[in-house]
Amino acid sequence: MPRIFSLAALIAIWALAAALVHSRLLPGPLAVGATIVADIRSGELPFQMGCTLGRVISSFAIAMVLGAFAGYAMGRSRAADRYADPWLIVLINMPALVTIIFAYIWIGLNETAAILAVAVNKLPNVIVVMREGARALDPELDEMAKAFQFTWFRRIRHVVIPQLAPYLAASSRSGLSIVWKIVLVVELIGRPNGVGFVLGSAFSLFDMTRILSYAISFIVLMLVIESLVVQPLERRAIRWRRRPA
Amino acid sequence: MNDAQSAGDAAPLELRIDAKTFLSADGTPVEVVRGLELRLEAGSFGALIGPSGCGKTTILRIAAGLDPDFRGRLRTPGSGRLGIVFQEPRLLPWRTVEDNIRLALPAHDAAADLTELVEILGLGSHMARYPGELSLGLARRTAIARAFAVQPDFLLLDEPFVSLDEAVADRLRNELVALTTRTKVTTLFVTHDLAEAIQLADHLFFLSDRPARIILEKSLPPPRGKRSADVIASIGDEMRPLVSRAMANGGRG
Repeated sequence: MPRIFSLAALIAIWALAAALVHSRLLPGPLAVGATIVADIRSGELPFQMGCTLGRVISSFAIAMVLGAFAGYAMGRSRAADRYADPWLIVLINMPALVTIIFAYIWIGLNETAAILAVAVNKLPNVIVVMREGARALDPELDEMAKAFQFTWFRRIRHVVIPQLAPYLAASSRSGLSIVWKIVLVVELIGRPNGVGFVLGSAFSLFDMTRILSYAISFIVLMLVIESLVVQPLERRAIRWRRRPA
Repeated sequence: MNDAQSAGDAAPLELRIDAKTFLSADGTPVEVVRGLELRLEAGSFGALIGPSGCGKTTILRIAAGLDPDFRGRLRTPGSGRLGIVFQEPRLLPWRTVEDNIRLALPAHDAAADLTELVEILGLGSHMARYPGELSLGLARRTAIARAFAVQPDFLLLDEPFVSLDEAVADRLRNELVALTTRTKVTTLFVTHDLAEAIQLADHLFFLSDRPARIILEKSLPPPRGKRSADVIASIGDEMRPLVSRAMANGGRG
């Protein structure tokens, strides 16, 4: 309930400000809502959001999978950590924009470059979190698995992954929001479609209604994904924890 | 360095540790075990008794094959299927009691009937619970069930009854006697409690302080597990002076 009130208050303040200013540069909620509805009807909004969402999912998946393996290896093996750590530091301090420009110049203005650029931006973040998780693995449970001759697969599935689950959840939550923000930049610079592309062309026309309607639609979409996919997965992963009395 | 192997069913447990050292935090080597020799007949129950911090757990980990970094030789009985009960229950907190037991089973045995084992250990009504919801006694029972579920040729227990109240510990000891008698598994049990060792074992091994070695061995007459409190007390009284004399000699040697 408090959430709904606070959201309603935000919209009310926005409507009030728009009515007071009465400018093309600050359209009110009604005008923005009308544009959203019109663009959904025409199919424009679903198409552009679909393009962006596809890029978000692919680059997110690549970054999570590679990052989980690399982070696990670095957390488990001191040698791997020593050799890979300088690379990680370079990667983590590389500005997103530089990675994007490199990718477009070296790979070309195409989908592969766009997705890779985003994945590389997200990757070091996943590695750092997963490395921490791998370092925190309980050696006693490891020994138990060894004594009872667990197979490799059984050990990973029942001993390792449950211990890494909170770290996976943390990096995927922060990851999703970082990834979609960078995807928009990638689209702005070098893609002919997607929410970032639309925002870019609306910016050159000073079309604030359009900018607000696409931004809001995408935020809503990401909130829906968060509460319908990420949170239920997280709840499932920690169902064994004792509920606070 | 060392060679580990396992042989036919009736083979005894043979463990020889010439030397085992750890590197301490500041890099100096600490000798934990030196010149330890232990032989346990197939099907018998041996108790390893020693003061706290003498390296009992280290010896057990070597016997379990978990620590190959020692000078000596290990020969485990049977086909090498090991059941182990650690000092802490070491259950997977994210799996139920039943899953914890079944996960230890080899793949071809995954559907094994656990009813009788679970019955003996009184876990019947707790199989669907998570370890976080169990008392320490129940968690220990689960760990014991896991060790027996794999039908081991060789069973190791590392002070499995410490920090339980005496009534619970006593019940668990009786359950352990029942299970080991029934399965005739070669068992090595680590404890610092002489009375407990006398109650459970048919062979006692006394350890010295660090670096640990065996200073005294004693076979107890059967039947094990059925000794009355009086018998246990009198064997204990008989053993104590022998042990302290051996300790004193060991200290000089």
